[in-house]
Order: sequence, then C-alpha cells, then structure tokens
Amino acid sequence: MIPAAFEYHRPSDIAAALSILTEYGDDARVIAGGHSLVPMMKLRMAEVPHLIDLQDIGTLRGIDVGADRIRIGAMTTQHDLINHDALTNAAPTIRETALQIADPQVRYMGTIGGNVANGDPGNDMPALMQCLDATFYLTGPNGERTVSAREFYFAAYATDREDDEILTAIEFAHPMPGFAYEKQKRKIGDYATAAAAVLIQRDGERCTGASIAMTNLSDTPVFAEDAAATLVGTAVDSAAIAAAIEAMQQAIDPSEDNRGPVPFKRHIAGVVLQRAIERAWSRA
Amino acid sequence: MKKTPIELNVNGQTRTVLVEPRELLIHTLREQLELTGPHVGCETSHCGACTVEIDGRSVKSCTLFAVQAAGAEITTVEGLASPDALHVLQTSFREHHGLQCGYCTPGMITRAHRLLQENPNPTEEDVRFGLAGNLCRCTGYQNIVKSVLAAAEELNTQKEAAQA
Ligand SMILES: Cc1cc2nc3c(=O)[nH]c(=O)nc-3n(C[C@H](O)[C@H](O)[C@H](O)COP(=O)(O)OP(=O)(O)OC[C@H]3O[C@@H](n4cnc5c(N)ncnc54)[C@H](O)[C@@H]3O)c2cc1C
Ligand code: FES
Ligand code: FES
Repeated sequence: MIPAAFEYHRPSDIAAALSILTEYGDDARVIAGGHSLVPMMKLRMAEVPHLIDLQDIGTLRGIDVGADRIRIGAMTTQHDLINHDALTNAAPTIRETALQIADPQVRYMGTIGGNVANGDPGNDMPALMQCLDATFYLTGPNGERTVSAREFYFAAYATDREDDEILTAIEFAHPMPGFAYEKQKRKIGDYATAAAAVLIQRDGERCTGASIAMTNLSDTPVFAEDAAATLVGTAVDSAAIAAAIEAMQQAIDPSEDNRGPVPFKRHIAGVVLQRAIERAWSRA
Repeated sequence: MKKTPIELNVNGQTRTVLVEPRELLIHTLREQLELTGPHVGCETSHCGACTVEIDGRSVKSCTLFAVQAAGAEITTVEGLASPDALHVLQTSFREHHGLQCGYCTPGMITRAHRLLQENPNPTEEDVRFGLAGNLCRCTGYQNIVKSVLAAAEELNTQKEAAQA
C-alpha cells in the first residue's frame, strides 16, 4: 500500500509549522505519531500534499503536574503517559485508559494530541477528556484559544479545530479520586465496541460528585451529564446504577457496524458502565 | 515527487539513502538497505512482523515514513547478534521452539528485546501483554512466551556473572 506523493516538512518550532499550514491551507496537515494518519494515507482515504511533522517541536512535549492543574503537551506519547509516575499518582485514570489503547508499538508512537484531535469516535482519549472536563489549547495564525473537550466534537472527524490550528496541550484540574475506564473490545488492540469513563467522589456512603463519558457509541464521544447526576446523593446501590445506565442510554446513539447491531451495542454500553461505576466507587 | 537524501543510523552504521517522502521505512530497510529481517506481514499496522527499534521504541516500520526516522538510531533484528554468536533471545527461541515458519520471529525478537530492556524480570503476563502487538499464525504463542522468559533469566544470569 503506497500513499499518494506528498512533500514533507519538519519545522522546529510552532511559528514555522503555522506558517507552512497557512501557506498551503487545505493541502497541508500535521502529523504527530502518524498511527491514525499513516494508515489512512496508505488506504488513500487521506491525501495530504504537504505533511508537517511536529516531532522536532520540543515545546509540544511534556507533562506538568501542578498544584491545581495538570498540563500535557500534545506530542506526549501514550507510552510516556503510562510511565509517568507523578501523572499516575495525580490522575491514575490516564494510565488505565492509555493501557487499553491498541498495543505497545502503537502506544510508543501515538500521541495524546493526535488521539484527541483525530475526531475518530473510536479513539479512547476524547471521552476521558470529557469526563475530566479537560481544556484543549489551540494555536493558529491569530494566536491561542481554548476549547472545552465537552464542546470540541461535532461529528466523526469534524471538530472545533480550524484547519490552520495546532493543538498544543490539554489541561485539567486534579480529578475526583474514584476512577475507571472500562472498555469492551473484540480482541486486544481493537477499538472499543463500547467503553465508559467514570470519575466519582464520595463522603462516607454518599456519592458527592460524578462524571461519565462514553466511547464509540455515537459519531462523537458522549458526555453523559444526566447519567452522572442520577448518581449524586445516592449510595451508588444497584437502583442508582440502573438509573444511571437508563440515563446514559438516552444520551448515546450507536449505529450498526462490524462490532455488532444496535441492541448489542446498547447492551454492552450498559455492561461497561455498570462495571466502571462499581470499580470507580470502590476506589473513591 | 523528487527523491531526497536522508541519513539513517541502522545497526550502528550511518547510511545515506535517497527516498521519496512517501516511502515507508519497511521498504527502505528491505529494498534499499537489504535488511530483510523485518517482514511485511499485514501492511496494515496490526501484525508487528515489521517491528524495528527506533530511539528506544518498538515501532511498526510499515506505519512510518523513512523521512520520519531520519537522524534516529534504528535497530533491526540483524543488529542484535554479534558476528560470532546469536543473541540470547535468538538461541532461546531456537531452544524452546519459539518459532515454526519463522515469519513473525524477527518482529517478536526485536519487540522482546525492547521489552526486556524496560522490564528485565517480566512475569508471564508482562510478556503476553508486552508482545500484544505481534501476531503469530503458527505457534499458539506458548513457546514464544517460554522463550522470552528463558531469555530474561539467561540475560540476568550473564549480567550477574559479569558483575561478579
Ligand atoms: C493497530 C492500531 C490500533 C489502534 N487502536 C486504538 C485504540 O484502541 N484506541 C485509540 O484511541 N486509538 C487507537 N489507535 C490509534 C492510535 O492511538 C493513534 O496513534 C492516535 O489515535 C492518533 O495519534 P497520533 O499521534 O498517531 O496522530 P496522527 O495519526 O499523527 O494524527 C491523527 C490526526 O490528528 C491530527 N493531529 C495530530 N496531532 C495534532 C495536533 N497536535 N494538532 C492538530 N492536529 C493534530 C492529524 O493531522 C491527523 O488528522 C490504533 C492505531 C492502530 C494503528
Ligand atoms: S506489516 Fe507492519 S504491522 Fe504488519
Ligand atoms: S512462527 Fe509462523 S508466524 Fe510465528
């Protein structure tokens, strides 16, 4: 499989990358780890006359666990996320999720920025970012702006990012203590049939806060606000979990594909959410 | 599209090759540098037969353009053995029947090599999880896992002996 011909650019700072993006407009695209983009180019589902490699831009890499907020550079790989102790202490859900993405080789290359910017509903990080209420930093010719992960996704491969903008970092507050990312897949390395990201906090036997988002059950990640709200104030018993699952079912819109028909996907969505809530609650 | 010269550091040697930007690293390695250890299994980023090491990372070389690897240190399975002896992983695969047809083996061994650098004392589960990006159609994996575990032990014994 040979992709269409293209010109390769390897700028060493953001300004240079932006000027190439501006110069070639629609004909240019950035490449991070390339593990979504290169397969698409090989299948000729993506044609990119000008490919801009971000690997030399050091400022896009790195993890900063601050007192209030955690910031992760867009070019940080999934492998780096998994092996960063301070990040795992502060937000263990990142490691748990990253370990369920693809396989070791893909995780050495795939970046968090590429995973959230890609816009494929099968990607795992977008739902987690919505669950964490993360903020995305975008830089374009007119400067920097921020977008909430919960407002970023419009449809499959359609996001709020303009073609001439680069995602530079993601940032979120230290999360609630109870966490789980539960993913059902056909085999190791596969995209989710359904997955659930859950964060919970408790005070004794009462749930005092919750956040829920779902992967690959619509053409965007699904932030299930009502489902989380049904848990708050309860003891997260089986009735409360059933109510949360019911509310989640209202929010998702799965379609039939090679991972199964719609009723099956709805069933699996319920199973993963139940497991995620139970695990998150037991860790809260 | 015109070809540009790039430098690749492969198995300790710097080699200059002429590539089109769209040339995948696996093709540069096999066809220009005649390193036919890395294999093309699936061409779709799934099987891991094309795995090589790039700057301390296991990478599927069918999912990377050669230009992206310019300037990086690349190790293929050919770079693991010394001129007079096979690498411990290679002898271990031979002894423990870690291969049948051998198609997946260069990828398995290259990946296992990196895994043992990062985790010199893996459990069986660590090995299985660590090799999850490499598919084998013959062995059923049991003997591959055995080979890697035995190689880990042997490498640790050699390390201790060297320190003694
Ligand atoms: C076999 C296989 C299995 C996989 N399984 C999973 C899985 O289970 N779950 C999962 O989530 N993912 C999976 N992936 C995808 C993998 O995680 C990708 O690496 C990831 O989705 C994209 O990250 P990347 O750095 O490789 O991005 P790239 O492929 O380089 O880019 C993806 C897209 O995002 C854009 N982009 C990248 N970075 C930026 C940026 N900083 N600013 C603006 N735009 C940007 C690119 O232009 C491109 O359109 C799998 C991939 C493979 C090959
Ligand atoms: S040939 Fe590269 S992963 Fe199969
Ligand atoms: S030994 Fe034949 S594919 Fe693994």
